[in-house]
Amino acid sequence: MDASSISPTLLIASLIVASTPIMLAAIGELVVERAGVLNLGVEGMMITGAICGFIVAYETGSPTYGVIASILGGAALSLIFAILTQFFLANQVASGLALTLFGLGFSALIGKGYTGITPPDLSSPNLGFLTEIPFLGTMLFKHDYLVYLAVAVVLLVSIFLRYTRQGLILRAVGEDHSSAHALGYKVIRVRVLAILFGGGCAGLGGAYISLIRVPQWAEGMTHGAGWIALAIVVFASWKPLRILFGAWLFGGLTVLQLNLQAAGVTKINLILFEIPLQVQYLTMAPYLITILVLVLMSARALSNAPGSLGKSFHVSS
Amino acid sequence: MILTKGRIMKVFKILSLGMALLTGIIIAISGTTVTAEPVKVGFIYIGPPGDHGWTYRHDIGRKDIEAHFGDAVETTFQENVPEGPDAVRAITQMALSGHDLIFTTSYGYMDQTLAVAKKFPNVKFEHATGWKTADNVSNYGLKLYQSRHVQGVIAGLMTKTNKICYVASFPIPEVIREINTFYLGAKTQNPNAELQIVWVYTWYDPGKEADAAQAMIDNGCDVITQHTDSPAPLVTAEKAGLVGFGQASDQTPFAPNAQLTGTIDNWSPYYIDRVQAVIDGTWEGHGTYFGDISEGAVGMAPFANMPQNVMDIAMDVRAKITNGTYFAFTGPLKDQSGTLRLKDGEVADRAMLDTMDWYVEGITAKYPD
Repeated sequence: MDASSISPTLLIASLIVASTPIMLAAIGELVVERAGVLNLGVEGMMITGAICGFIVAYETGSPTYGVIASILGGAALSLIFAILTQFFLANQVASGLALTLFGLGFSALIGKGYTGITPPDLSSPNLGFLTEIPFLGTMLFKHDYLVYLAVAVVLLVSIFLRYTRQGLILRAVGEDHSSAHALGYKVIRVRVLAILFGGGCAGLGGAYISLIRVPQWAEGMTHGAGWIALAIVVFASWKPLRILFGAWLFGGLTVLQLNLQAAGVTKINLILFEIPLQVQYLTMAPYLITILVLVLMSARALSNAPGSLGKSFHVSS
Repeated sequence: MILTKGRIMKVFKILSLGMALLTGIIIAISGTTVTAEPVKVGFIYIGPPGDHGWTYRHDIGRKDIEAHFGDAVETTFQENVPEGPDAVRAITQMALSGHDLIFTTSYGYMDQTLAVAKKFPNVKFEHATGWKTADNVSNYGLKLYQSRHVQGVIAGLMTKTNKICYVASFPIPEVIREINTFYLGAKTQNPNAELQIVWVYTWYDPGKEADAAQAMIDNGCDVITQHTDSPAPLVTAEKAGLVGFGQASDQTPFAPNAQLTGTIDNWSPYYIDRVQAVIDGTWEGHGTYFGDISEGAVGMAPFANMPQNVMDIAMDVRAKITNGTYFAFTGPLKDQSGTLRLKDGEVADRAMLDTMDWYVEGITAKYPD
């Protein structure tokens, strides 16, 4: 067996599906970080959204309610983070990590009775003739609603940050909160709203995994997707459109290693060398790339990071 | 009265003396009223009982023990215990809390069970699907490969693309021998059948299992089988309009149009037997139970979603395996590299089955290291 049995259209199709949850979580986290808050609780918010969405979808029989519940669930957990960091001025890194652990445990607790159940199916939009196009049809037009929604959210955030006044205010708060405050902008309010948006997006990303991609509930089912989302934000230099590229790359690596295994590809021939391809190397790849990106970025003194990232804001009278 | 330090201390001493006396009386009373202590049986699970696969069937075994023995037996379980050092903690905790018999239901608990067993010579341990035993450790397993061979036969007949997907967990002997027996079954009906194997390195992870199944489906395979514990690969097959096999329990509720059949693990007869042995005082270690399809320990879900002729052939093979006239691992049998492993007419013994670390000839996938 060789790599020629891997169909590129199907590979890209499954790549797009695999990248959707991390794309959603990453774009939410990007907004939060552009506002100057470092929210490390993305993993906890994703899994809380996953279980909330799953429970509501299963109990009400409607996947749409499940999706809404997941956004609310993720936002609720991020509200705790907002209160801790914006009002109690707790350390952002510690609070975020604590909420990740809390989210993982809490979701496992409330998800106890829900293993082994299949939730109601979320239908896909029927794009009619577009699906008939030879390669692009399968690649791009046969997905479910959330895939297209994720890309739409990324584009909207990009427009919001670049071209609207509110986006400018958010960026200003993130760059230098003291100056923004001096100009009369409500720093805390902007940050809380940004955190809620980030939590909601992460929750939605989590729900995608539990309601559409798997679809089942299992403890800890996000498997570090939240951490990958954090890495994507840095990888994208805090620019929204680059989130697309980052999510596709990281999602793609995950999917690629499975496809290579299925096709029985065990070596890569590079002119004179033959590199043995172990499954484990491919699984490591997204994280290695993240480390590489972080190293390269610190070499440039993290020049693109928002100026007030991670710093607590309190009015000094 | 003025509260002085001396008076406070006096009151404190009187109160604590009173508490101690009361506690002692209560213990004495409870000690004298207890007559016969129920036998305490503990279970260590690798996944949740709600996995509707492997652990689900062990939990049914546990419930059958309770139903059979009533008040004479008390059962407890701990789920989601990871294989490795944490298992030592979990098993030790059970041993310390007064359990008489502990079942550790996964291969990866083998060394951990033996380590704890050494420290607790009076507690009895039963380890599933391994091969090491001790004076107070017994081993048990099921001849799941008997059912798997029949599934291979069905797969060979049902595949149209000649590519069969196999979601495999860890490259341990049990999993390797299941892959081999499955392939041998497929080959008897369809010499062109090819196995695509993806290793997910987990026993229970619906997300990964579904992704692996999808990747193989994208690569062209049309019959799915698995050695992992959740119904996810089968659900993926159903979504894609393909067929496959359930694992460890009847997973028809999850995939009514996709499940051809599945192995149903039946641990209850053995479990009830062993608990009875503990109660009677006849329990002995070094046991090597290997449940056979003929005793009902290995069941198969009703054959469905297949044409009648396939069903007839499969029933025939199953009957032959059940009455012992046919055994998949019969020579001549070569391994992937061409070495002769079984001579003409030779039958694989328990040792070979328990330590199998080679693919049979014909499997083109690379053996995992």
